[in-house]
Amino acid sequence: MEAFKKLTGPILVLEQENIDTDQIIPARFLTATDFDGIGDHLFADWRLDADGNPVPGHVLNEARARRSQILVAGHNFGCGSSREHAPHALLGFGFRVVISSQIADIFRNNSQNVGLLPVVLEADQHARLLEMDGEEICVDLEQCEVSVRDADGSEQSWPFSIDPFARHCLLRGLDRFDFLNQAEDAIVAYEKNL
Amino acid sequence: MHGEKPVSEPESLFDKLWKSHLVKAQTDSTPAVIYIDLHLVHEVTSPQGFDLLRAKGIGVRRPGRTLATLDHSTPTLPPDAEGRRPYYTSQARRQVQTLRDNCREFGIQLHDWDSPSRGIVHVMGPELGATQPGMTIVCGDSHTSTHGAFGALAFGIGTTEVGHVLAKQCLLQTKPKSMRIKLEGKLADGVTAKDMALNIIRYLGMNGGTGYVIEYAGKAVRALDMEGRMTLCNLTIEAGARAGMIAPDQTTIDYLRGRPMAPQGADFERAAEKWLQLASDAGADFDSEITLDASLMRPAITYGTDPGMSVAIGEPVPQAATHSQAKALRYMGFSGGQSMQERQVDVVFVGSCTNGRISDLRAAANVLQGRQVAPHVQMLVVPGSESVRKQAESEGLHATILAAGAEWRLPGCSMCLAMNGDLVPAGSTAVSTSNRNFEGRQGAGSRTLLASPETAAACAVLGRVGSVADLEPAREAG
Repeated sequence: MEAFKKLTGPILVLEQENIDTDQIIPARFLTATDFDGIGDHLFADWRLDADGNPVPGHVLNEARARRSQILVAGHNFGCGSSREHAPHALLGFGFRVVISSQIADIFRNNSQNVGLLPVVLEADQHARLLEMDGEEICVDLEQCEVSVRDADGSEQSWPFSIDPFARHCLLRGLDRFDFLNQAEDAIVAYEKNL
Repeated sequence: MHGEKPVSEPESLFDKLWKSHLVKAQTDSTPAVIYIDLHLVHEVTSPQGFDLLRAKGIGVRRPGRTLATLDHSTPTLPPDAEGRRPYYTSQARRQVQTLRDNCREFGIQLHDWDSPSRGIVHVMGPELGATQPGMTIVCGDSHTSTHGAFGALAFGIGTTEVGHVLAKQCLLQTKPKSMRIKLEGKLADGVTAKDMALNIIRYLGMNGGTGYVIEYAGKAVRALDMEGRMTLCNLTIEAGARAGMIAPDQTTIDYLRGRPMAPQGADFERAAEKWLQLASDAGADFDSEITLDASLMRPAITYGTDPGMSVAIGEPVPQAATHSQAKALRYMGFSGGQSMQERQVDVVFVGSCTNGRISDLRAAANVLQGRQVAPHVQMLVVPGSESVRKQAESEGLHATILAAGAEWRLPGCSMCLAMNGDLVPAGSTAVSTSNRNFEGRQGAGSRTLLASPETAAACAVLGRVGSVADLEPAREAG
């Protein structure tokens, strides 16, 4: 997993609420046995027509979409299935951060496991970001804050909370499996009592 | 006070299961390590999990606690004369072969095509008695919540975690919050567990359960049979909660007695005694408590693109209040205030881990008995497992279904997520007994209305949206 500390860059906004994992990666792309190239199918039914050609005018088909590493999405992002293909598709497309006012449990867990940073902001802060498509912001995991620039040039920072262990692993690019592996003695002891 | 025994704090079902599976307690900076009693595996979300084992050079820690099946990518049409199964793509065929190879390499029991028990993972586990009260159960599938119907703590995980469980039989978890939903009163005749679940999701919203484990309690829940309880717990994820659970009672015990993987004889009676102790203690604490009156619930059908967007059959489509709701109505081709009964139905799907069990097929067949599916409707009935298929065929349900003009298929997830080629065409309207009405869920451009098996069968006969109450009396059997 690639470490994540701090990222400054333009945001891409998808303001739709309740974006589910079937939208992020439709089920027909789940028959592969690895995650290679899965980013090419991100939001396939929104961004591509039945022949696989880009839908003209869709924000995800703009040149900036592939350059943007921060996705800001409507409330309750990532609901639905447990497919880890969803965060992998977002990473494969080029995103490192997804920001919303609510992120579904399993998707959030999966994201943290594969190195995509899920950030949940307060509703008013989130609403503000939804109006800032294409503008630059800074996401700082060390400080746990998102910074935006006001029209007058002054900076505003919003704190966010994240599971401390997920933060620890993301900051260092650590595989959570190693922590689980260190629990071997405790697992052996538990199994003795089964 | 000196000399008195300490009084233990009352605990919920969830608290008891969480505590009894703690390998290492949670700290301020690290998650808990919890032990997993049963790991269910299918072909779609497991390949990269097995790759983790190979990368680390390790095996499956507890093959005996791991159970695999083929369900998602499998065709529901029979093999050809040479025995070749009609897989949708060569990649799907390869994915199934990959699970077969992985199970052989790592010594895991796989219910392959030749198994009389093969089925949708959440239908098969309970049928075999592999699912038991007091267990922790995971699977790389969000509808693992189904198994909570037995008083298990069961939830879906991602593929990285599938690898973790294969390797260590444990998971890193932070304790979720707890919610109890009490369903008081009695469901009216013709109102099913599916309708109850859709009513609850409508009430909570599709994110109202996020961060919670939900325990269902109350008279209306106790009155449900195990298959109804599975339907209710299955749909818990559609309100955003990872797990739904119901305390084990006599209904649970009666269902499990004699199942092949359940304890047998005196062991079973001992286990049953323990299972009955799992119920939440009086005074147990929940982070949130809700009471709903089940007697007010009516048969429900969805009109939008999330399972929370439902109405009682007969109610008009609600007006859109937000941009997202307006987008959902546009996708579905509905407008606010419109009667749903005007909508022509093109496809009807009865099946899935939500409603693909024997009672669901009986309910659908009962409606189809002496009636015909409307000529313009394609109706698929897909049993949830080989056991369900055999039982249905022994009762002659398949004959009723075929005589009505519907198709009788082989078990699998099928049209619920349409990754096996059982597709709803773009722009077509399907009434489905499955769990998700997301955009394109049943095929790109498909429009899904979720309902109970009774309602789905009625819609197939009517050729439009309606309920059992709208049907003409059935033709007498000759």
